[in-house]
Amino acid sequence: MKRTLANVLPPAVIAVLVLAAWEAVVRLRHTPEYLLPSPLRIAAALRDDWPMLYPSLLQTLAITGEALLAAALLGAGLAVLLIQAKWIERSLFPFAVILQVTPLVAIAPLLLIWIKDVRFALVLCAFLVAFFPVAANTTLGLQSADHHLLDLMRLYGSSRWKVLRFVRLPSALPYFLGGLRISGGLSLIGAVVAEFVAGTGGAASGLAYRILEAGYTLQIPRMFAALALLAGSGVLLYALLSGLSHLLLRRWHESAVRRENRQT
Amino acid sequence: MLPAPPLKPVVRLHQVTKRFAGGTEALAGLDLAVAPGELLALLGPSGCGKSTALRLMAGLAEPTTGSVERRLPDPHSVGFVFQEPTLMPWATVEDNVALPLKLLGLPRAEIRRRVAERLERLGLDGFARAYPRQLSGGMKMRVSIARALAAQPRLLLLDEPFAALDEITRWRLNDELLDLWRAEGLAVVFVTHSVYESAYLATRIAVLSARPGRIVGEIAVDAPSPRGADYRGSEAYLRTCRAVSTKLAEALGES
Repeated sequence: MKRTLANVLPPAVIAVLVLAAWEAVVRLRHTPEYLLPSPLRIAAALRDDWPMLYPSLLQTLAITGEALLAAALLGAGLAVLLIQAKWIERSLFPFAVILQVTPLVAIAPLLLIWIKDVRFALVLCAFLVAFFPVAANTTLGLQSADHHLLDLMRLYGSSRWKVLRFVRLPSALPYFLGGLRISGGLSLIGAVVAEFVAGTGGAASGLAYRILEAGYTLQIPRMFAALALLAGSGVLLYALLSGLSHLLLRRWHESAVRRENRQT
Repeated sequence: MLPAPPLKPVVRLHQVTKRFAGGTEALAGLDLAVAPGELLALLGPSGCGKSTALRLMAGLAEPTTGSVERRLPDPHSVGFVFQEPTLMPWATVEDNVALPLKLLGLPRAEIRRRVAERLERLGLDGFARAYPRQLSGGMKMRVSIARALAAQPRLLLLDEPFAALDEITRWRLNDELLDLWRAEGLAVVFVTHSVYESAYLATRIAVLSARPGRIVGEIAVDAPSPRGADYRGSEAYLRTCRAVSTKLAEALGES
């Protein structure tokens, strides 16, 4: 409990201070709302527009979640495939890199044209940015297995599958989870970018669409409210993935183990 | 040279040379046979190819020339203990020890029974659910030995297993290894660079020259079978140490 408090309190204090300063500056300088709404005004917009923003939030979160799930499964799957042989890695990995370095905004319009189902196209866009960290990290993890343990498995004449199950996959777990944490944020960004590109043409109306729409109609407080929801979702997603990582690694991995009075 | 061991060897290296891809010659014309039930020490300066010889015996490496003859029924007849404990950090002590048995596909109940027995014999029974990170270096090494013995091998290979431990722990593990060896009646080959350790443990000591390694001398140790603290102070022990040291000095002088 103490630790949680120590983790939460300092950033909370800073947030309150910044918001208070923001509120004060806007009030004292009489900044017009369409340039910079005050935090309280944004909170009011969040409350008033909740019936409109909430479904959009769910929409964006669903796309993010589906993309992240696909990234986790296919990223890990690709990693397992890549380590089977050097030639497989050499033939496939460059394409994963190309996919990673191509800006999403550049390919999203094409994908939206090619794919009839807009929602599926959005998930695909978010997936494309999210899957690389999982794939690259898991590959590294699978290759980082203790070579003495691998020798031991060889000594016992273990099959490829057994080596994977008993040694490589557990070794790769911390790396996979690290990749997943990065991918969580990226899939949210991917979903938002794709929604932006889809714009009003998109039948799906996520938070990015709300931001665009509010921008066109100069409803700046609503725009900020949608932004706040996005930021909040990002933080929550990161916290969830960190929690998952801690839960799975707390017994053995250095990153998650709490060092009390160590026994020697 | 001593007469060949009377029993058919468990492993025999015949005129083995090993050259690595980089051109390093680790072993040159190594002849070595391990008799059932003996405790053989491979002693030599660092980098003399002792570990390579051990890996060849385990089948983890192939000789460049020469042959390795292994008279072992299946892969699980060999147990290997590395320099580091090499445990799976994500698994508890009992799961680590159970690994070879799981690989054999034994039924769960049987695995549990055998693991419990192993842990008890090595004084680890209170630590079954602990994770490796919670253990001291000596305890980790015990787990590693328990794992190597889990599938009841006929040959146990140890690669400088106690080199990283403090002397007190090391002596205790030496005694435990002797107890296990006597109780299990298996052949043990261990690599060491300690004259005293080899003289204390082994029934036969093979001294290797510096790289490329080959055998420059063999010393049979005639000593009472239950060796203990008394033996460390005995005349016989000191005589063995002196003989081994002389051979080792010869080995270093030659190279």
